[in-house]
Amino acid sequence: MQLNGAQILIQTLIEQGVTDVFGYPGGQVINIYDALYEYKDKINHVLTAHEQGASHAADGYSRATGKVGVCIATSGPGATNLVTGIATAMLDSIPLVAITGNVPCSLIGKDSFQEIDITGVTLPITKHNFFVSDIAELADTIRQAFQIAKSGRPGPVLVDIPKNVQVGKYEYEPQAVTEKMPLPKVKDSQIDEAVKLIKEAQKPYIYVGGGAAGLGLGKAIVDFANKIDAAIGCSFMGLSAIPQDYERFLGMQGMHGHYASSMAQDQADLIIGIGVRFSDRATGNVAKFAKQSKIIQLDPDCAEINKNVRVDLGLVGDVADTFVRMAEKCESKSSPAWLAQVKKLQDEEKALEEEIAAANNAPLTPKQVFDVINGLKKPNTIITTDVGQHQMWAAQYVTFDNTRRFVSSGGLGTMGFGLGAAMGAYTATKDPVVLITGDGSFGMNLNELATAVTYKIPVVIVLMNNGVLGMVRQWQTLFFGKRYSNTVLDRKTDFVALAKAFGADGYLAETVVEFKKAFEKAIASTDKPVVIDARIDKDELVLPMLPPGGAISDMITKI
Amino acid sequence: MENNKFVIAVYVDNKSGVLTRVTGMFTRRAFNIDTLTVGETERSEYSRITICMRGDEYVKEQIINQLKKLVVVKKVEVLENEPIKRELMLIKVRNDSAMRNDIMTAVDVFRASVIDYSPEGMCIEVTGSPSKIDAFVKLMEPFGILEMCRTGIVALDRGTVTLFSRD
Repeated sequence: MQLNGAQILIQTLIEQGVTDVFGYPGGQVINIYDALYEYKDKINHVLTAHEQGASHAADGYSRATGKVGVCIATSGPGATNLVTGIATAMLDSIPLVAITGNVPCSLIGKDSFQEIDITGVTLPITKHNFFVSDIAELADTIRQAFQIAKSGRPGPVLVDIPKNVQVGKYEYEPQAVTEKMPLPKVKDSQIDEAVKLIKEAQKPYIYVGGGAAGLGLGKAIVDFANKIDAAIGCSFMGLSAIPQDYERFLGMQGMHGHYASSMAQDQADLIIGIGVRFSDRATGNVAKFAKQSKIIQLDPDCAEINKNVRVDLGLVGDVADTFVRMAEKCESKSSPAWLAQVKKLQDEEKALEEEIAAANNAPLTPKQVFDVINGLKKPNTIITTDVGQHQMWAAQYVTFDNTRRFVSSGGLGTMGFGLGAAMGAYTATKDPVVLITGDGSFGMNLNELATAVTYKIPVVIVLMNNGVLGMVRQWQTLFFGKRYSNTVLDRKTDFVALAKAFGADGYLAETVVEFKKAFEKAIASTDKPVVIDARIDKDELVLPMLPPGGAISDMITKI
Repeated sequence: MENNKFVIAVYVDNKSGVLTRVTGMFTRRAFNIDTLTVGETERSEYSRITICMRGDEYVKEQIINQLKKLVVVKKVEVLENEPIKRELMLIKVRNDSAMRNDIMTAVDVFRASVIDYSPEGMCIEVTGSPSKIDAFVKLMEPFGILEMCRTGIVALDRGTVTLFSRD
């Protein structure tokens, strides 16, 4: 059938299984929005307050489900407003298709009104991008964009469509959803090498990352840990991939990781990395990382092998397939000494935590906030966060009951990510969503509260309000002689009134009792967001902490 | 580890913007290139990029793997085993009656050719391995080099081996 370019775009999105998109209209996408109007019974468009919110929403949508998230923005500032969201998705390998309009081809290169070379701008922050200059290539380009976004190591793809292509007419024939491109299969001989390394190891540590989240491997990894007497830890991005109640799941390791998890990784003689990239925040000083350990790394991306850390064996291919084959071939073995060593670390961690908790007599502590959340949150709750101290506390304290339940900006560390992401996660799943944020991060994109109210998204916003930019301030406390340069937010914002002004509910919580009451009321909300202004002390620290460039031996566990 | 020179041959889509994607990756990841050339190939749908650079085995592995990830890259190989390497240079030197004979002798010996000649200067075209070009530049220095321009190397495997016949 003959359709215009905008209709072809929307038809192709529908054909590729897209049911929800996030975006903001403008002059160079007006035709696309006209087509969206036409197909509104088939595709739900969420109008955000700002294009950045749309990009984070599409990202959160994807993180919660594994589906490709889609956002739309107009040319120029609309497109550049997507940039932070696209980069966030890139650093965390999230499949996204960002669609931008542009000025007609006849005006390209003339610095026309709202013209920007967005494929140039996003070149380093997309897996690939396209400028569609010919309507004949439009549908196939969209299909290819989806295929690239979800294949191998996923990532964002941007498609820039000039106005004349949206307006032009062309033949459209629906096609099937594009399949992922197949990954190479790891050779049997390599699996055998892995099995040999595992057999020789006395102290195995399974290190789970974002590449394993969403593969449904949680139970299989636990079974494998039982089979070979391994401890399990995870990177920040690997949170929620492993069933939390497993006794030897030590939680996140790294800069703000759990004591036992980081120590066990340091003391292990074999690290089996599943979908991890050994980022600097995870390894600390790379020259001193895992010195006594051999490393096996399973990853779909060949360039991740030996990039940050030299590994003894890199297994490049489909992670789930590689893992299952490797786990099957391994024989059962027992390492009681290692298990005792791990248990000792866990006991030490518990004692440390109790000591720190006992020394803190603030009316509401971060630990208490998360104890309440863990105790009251509904099954299958998705926790989204912004970036800073609250994010690290969430990573340390939240107990997850399912995979894809932790939605947070890891690699890029994007303050302002959380609210948009929460809206996306809710739109995708309709599961309960709790946003953990801080007064700094929330201030960056709180405009999306308007969107959450309009779309009746009952996200519970736990605003850990300490009146400071806590994470930077923590560095200033520890490494800059308490010279608090520009980290004290001397603001007079009344967040309860602000929530109400947006049409949401708001509660103030200054004690743990008040917080519990507020949280109980908040999770009962079914049709509007709720902000809980939870006051915590400005001097709370995220501990443990590896000082920047430090090794595990430099870990700060208490002040 | 040793910083060895190596040559990478890359087949990429013959489309606009492809070179930016390749060179952008090099800049982004702080890889330094000695020379880079790009041109048509026996297959019209592809261009061939020849990159000459220095680095240890680790750098080499990273570069190859990062190149492979680019959607526009169809094939990447390091040309080991002493590939055939050639470079072309145009060099303009002062034409001075006292030195003319010496210059012409060098042109002869290097099997170069004079492609432009005026009473004050001449332009010489010389083709060969990078070391031959280096030697010729050195030889011309005393005569006064006015301007020069090198293409960077192009390289092919020896024998009947091709990039696509390797696998």
